[in-house]
Amino acid sequence: MAETATAEAPAKAASGGNLLQVRNLEAWYGESHILHGINFDVNAGEVVTLLGRNGAGKTTTLKSIMGIIGKRTGSVKFNDQDIIRTTSDKIARMGIAFCPEERGIFASLDVRENLLLPPVVRPGGLPLEQIFDLFPNLKERLNSQGTKLSGGEQQMLAIARILRTGANFLMLDEPTEGLAPVIIQQIGHTIARLKKEGFTILLVEQNFRFASTVADRYYVVEHGKIIDGFSNAELAANMDKLHTYLGV
Amino acid sequence: MQALYAQLLVGLINGSFYALLSLGLAVIFGMLNIINFAHGALYMMGAFVAYFLLNLGGINYWWALLFAPIIVGIFGMILERTMLQWLTGLDHLYGLLLTFGIALIVQGVFQNYFGSSGLPYAIPDQLKGGMNLGFMFLPVYRGWVVIFSLVVCIATWFLIEKTRLGAYLRAATENPTLVRAFGVNVPRMITLTYGLGVGLAALAGVLSAPINQVRPLMGADLIIVVFAVVVIGGMGSIMGSIITGFALGVIEGLTKYFYPEASNTVVFVLMVLVLLVKPTGLTGRAA
Repeated sequence: MAETATAEAPAKAASGGNLLQVRNLEAWYGESHILHGINFDVNAGEVVTLLGRNGAGKTTTLKSIMGIIGKRTGSVKFNDQDIIRTTSDKIARMGIAFCPEERGIFASLDVRENLLLPPVVRPGGLPLEQIFDLFPNLKERLNSQGTKLSGGEQQMLAIARILRTGANFLMLDEPTEGLAPVIIQQIGHTIARLKKEGFTILLVEQNFRFASTVADRYYVVEHGKIIDGFSNAELAANMDKLHTYLGV
Repeated sequence: MQALYAQLLVGLINGSFYALLSLGLAVIFGMLNIINFAHGALYMMGAFVAYFLLNLGGINYWWALLFAPIIVGIFGMILERTMLQWLTGLDHLYGLLLTFGIALIVQGVFQNYFGSSGLPYAIPDQLKGGMNLGFMFLPVYRGWVVIFSLVVCIATWFLIEKTRLGAYLRAATENPTLVRAFGVNVPRMITLTYGLGVGLAALAGVLSAPINQVRPLMGADLIIVVFAVVVIGGMGSIMGSIITGFALGVIEGLTKYFYPEASNTVVFVLMVLVLLVKPTGLTGRAA
């Protein structure tokens, strides 16, 4: 599969095959055309970050992979299976899990119900003890209403609940948004530990400094296209370009 | 005093039907966002299925309590698959018009074959007769209807609020897209939910058959009051619709005793008052 990498996706890790391969992905919200041909790969075991300004199409890319954008074309291959026409419930059952930007904690469910809501889709998910080990706060608040948690706790719950399903490919949409530095740090440790556990993670981040602590590779999204990509090792050499892309 | 207790009992019985019907309406509204105007017609179908089972198949009341809700529930699920599902995302008005049209068609078909008069459905032998409670005479069947309805309502509440399946249902009511992205087949769940709500209506129809006879317009008469009950209780809450259903039945019964002239309007007067004070209903959430 390595030879199919396009000019837009130059940086590829040497190890493993593509777990996810996105080619020429276009997507629409109603009438508005958001993605104009996205190309990138994610290899098994990597943490890959999509960077870009607000409205560039990062979230839409994740949602298109998850199958929750109504109109999408192109090709998304997961484990060599094309999922562009697959419904989101079947995509989830193939082992892709999504943690949305707005976290999606259910107000009418308590913390325990929120945590246990996503069905187990395959064996190999983290056992509950290990999840409570990662997020000790949750254990103490199991009987609280989901939305009574603090923002940080809700984010932890949103990540925690997709770890026990057995999905091995996680898509996290801005997990640090609006959180205190100490909690951002905790989420950083969590992502590092998940990577060690063998999870593959596709991250969307505005917080570039946070991303640089966890990511193996980066792609830059602009106007619904991937305009650049580089590995963590190439980061220093690309800092100037990156500042221009992100306008920071 | 005897007359007061008798009216209270009638109120509790009507309250049972209100509760079973408004419970189904609340569940359906939560999941499908549809105000199911066909609910009265489906309640009537429940009574007719019981009648057919008995007179054509020799299947008694007890089996009808099981089979009529299943048969009508399946009919409801076919409606959902073939028609209602296409209304997802549209204004409430479309669902209301479609289900109202379905109600008229179903009632029209039954009226065409059975006219408007009632068909008799006998009380099962085991529930015939009555008990002297000292302060009043309680016909056994009527007591049974109240208690059985209460049990079914509480079981439904338990299913929705306390089980894993119920957690899916509540979550999908809030955010169906995300629940589906977790791997739950939400469209199938919606169909089954509609079947459940319709099944509850059909069950109420079976319970009502021995008391009110089996008539094509039995649902049309009842459903107007049930919608008032739903407006008073608020669409959002399961327990709210159960309590409101029984409470309004009792209030209606009391009104029949103390001021009979108002007994047909008291529910609507209450509805107006509630709408003035709390437009989302007593237990409802803002839409």
